[in-house]
Amino acid sequence: MDNAIIELNNITKKFDGEIVLDDITLSVKKNEFVTLLGPSGCGKTTTLRIIGGFETPDEGDVFFDGHLINDVPPFKRQLNTVFQKYSLFPHMNVFENIAFGLRIKKMDERLITSKVEKMLELFNLKNYGKRRIDQLSGGQQQRIAIARALVNEPKVLLLDEPLGALDLKLRKEMQQELKAMQKQIGITFIYVTHDQEEALTMSDTIVVMNDGIIQQMGSPIDIYNEPQNAFVADFIGESNILDGIMHDDYLVEFLGEKFECLDKGFGKGEEVDVVIRPEDLEITPPGEGRLEGIVKSVTFKGVHYEMRIVVLDYEFLVHSTDKAPTGSSVGLTLTPDDIHIMEKGE
Amino acid sequence: MKDRTKYFAYPYLVWIVIFIVFPSFLVLLYSLTTDSGGLTNINFTMSNFIKFFNHLYMNILWDSIFLAAICTIICLLLGYPAAYIISKSNLSRRNTLLFLCILPMWMNMLLRTYAWMTILGNNGILNNLFEFLGFPKINMLYTRGATVMGMVYNFLPFMILPIFTALSKMDTGLIEAADDLGATKYIVFRKIILPLSMPGVISGIIMVFMPAVSTFIIPQLLGGNKSMMIGNLVEKMFILNGDWNFGSAISIIMMIIILISMSIMNKFDVDKEGGARLW
Repeated sequence: MDNAIIELNNITKKFDGEIVLDDITLSVKKNEFVTLLGPSGCGKTTTLRIIGGFETPDEGDVFFDGHLINDVPPFKRQLNTVFQKYSLFPHMNVFENIAFGLRIKKMDERLITSKVEKMLELFNLKNYGKRRIDQLSGGQQQRIAIARALVNEPKVLLLDEPLGALDLKLRKEMQQELKAMQKQIGITFIYVTHDQEEALTMSDTIVVMNDGIIQQMGSPIDIYNEPQNAFVADFIGESNILDGIMHDDYLVEFLGEKFECLDKGFGKGEEVDVVIRPEDLEITPPGEGRLEGIVKSVTFKGVHYEMRIVVLDYEFLVHSTDKAPTGSSVGLTLTPDDIHIMEKGE
Repeated sequence: MKDRTKYFAYPYLVWIVIFIVFPSFLVLLYSLTTDSGGLTNINFTMSNFIKFFNHLYMNILWDSIFLAAICTIICLLLGYPAAYIISKSNLSRRNTLLFLCILPMWMNMLLRTYAWMTILGNNGILNNLFEFLGFPKINMLYTRGATVMGMVYNFLPFMILPIFTALSKMDTGLIEAADDLGATKYIVFRKIILPLSMPGVISGIIMVFMPAVSTFIIPQLLGGNKSMMIGNLVEKMFILNGDWNFGSAISIIMMIIILISMSIMNKFDVDKEGGARLW
């Protein structure tokens, strides 16, 4: 690909004989916001560290702008990292922290001052230049960590769960800010998080990882609506995952009923995972739905009610603005495009 | 404060009073009085201090400070790289190296210093080796060099350990961050590692300089009569001359010098991060 800025080809990495990354191949386009998403220990941070140069892959190649950079040390790579723990220099003030990279480049002192001041302004930290790092809140430190990286105008910015330590409200604000900033200055972001909502909100492309393997790569809408396997479906939002049998193309059986669906290409009688999103199920009065169940619990969640409805031996999770009292019988309906068929994971 | 745990500190306070405050007070009292026998007849005087400020004693003082400073500088030059190497090695190697650092301290200092006499002496191990190799014998024992060497040998661990502590406590994330921002290994060391390990360096300097400036056994055994240090002078006044008042006055002067040098060192120690401070 011509406009790929970062390419990982068949990357494998082992720590003490244990495989952390298993044959990762990934391509990141210029000016793209890519998120590596997965549970802790899935290899997403290791992938980021390989791109940053802090780890060397056991096998495979890393390309930056078409050049092989396997053996290029971090300080020579044209990218910068925002670390999870921020890693701000405690013996320097805010100004000196941000100016660090520019000083190394031996940039003109006046230019440094103007660039750092601009960063401080951009991050709403205008009069904080002389402050010590330990006099700042977590949110401020986090913004300085980003400013310290961005001031070097890297081609790629790597972010390792940079919002992890912030409270919910601040995190949401920063998500918007980061996304807006990425659009504005037009550089590539590679973002690591375990927060699926964060990934959905900010990314152009999401790379879902688990056990050192890329499970799925795609736009947030594709990942959410068309998860390729049960892991992705479960990790990206909550899901009902049932055992089903494909009887024919577009025909699946689960919970003793046959349903029309939009999937084909499975073998006849093949066992599959059936994934249904909680918000896709609709409650009807008893006898009017495709499935009959009993309400086990109802929880108010603000926008919707979260209900657990038992159908035969399966407990469905249902999100609905309608509510049925606990213990009552209800019907459930669903349309063919609510049913997602996936190959059984092992 | 309703916290009752403070009562647990009382035995320690008593201990401090008996073993630190009271003896210090006695030294001060002796230094300010004349030898007139008994507590019933105390004559205050500054003559002990005035006596010190003459050419002979001042030379000994400057010489002590000079030798201790040389020893401290050598310890720093040897100790920093050693501490750096230890802090960079893996866990088992690190423990072995630290153990080797501390091992000589398990032996009596006097014994260790005597050992150096047999190594450096005119018929010692080194000179026998030189003779065997066909070189002329070198007079090493009873020189100022031998004194400095003995001090470096004895006090080096006190330099290595605090620097090692400061270095090993350092967040490796900071080094990665500097690396990420384009810093070469040399810049990372100069701008990150060195400033953040300064508290350890300061502690090390104090811990080496203080015992070095007041030592008396090392110059006595290894320096012979070539290097009379302030510690030897104090010892001489107490043991040989029986002039406790003058000896006490010299001790007080030493204490004041050490206090001043310590506060100067702490001025340099602007950074409050990284711990490893002694005071």
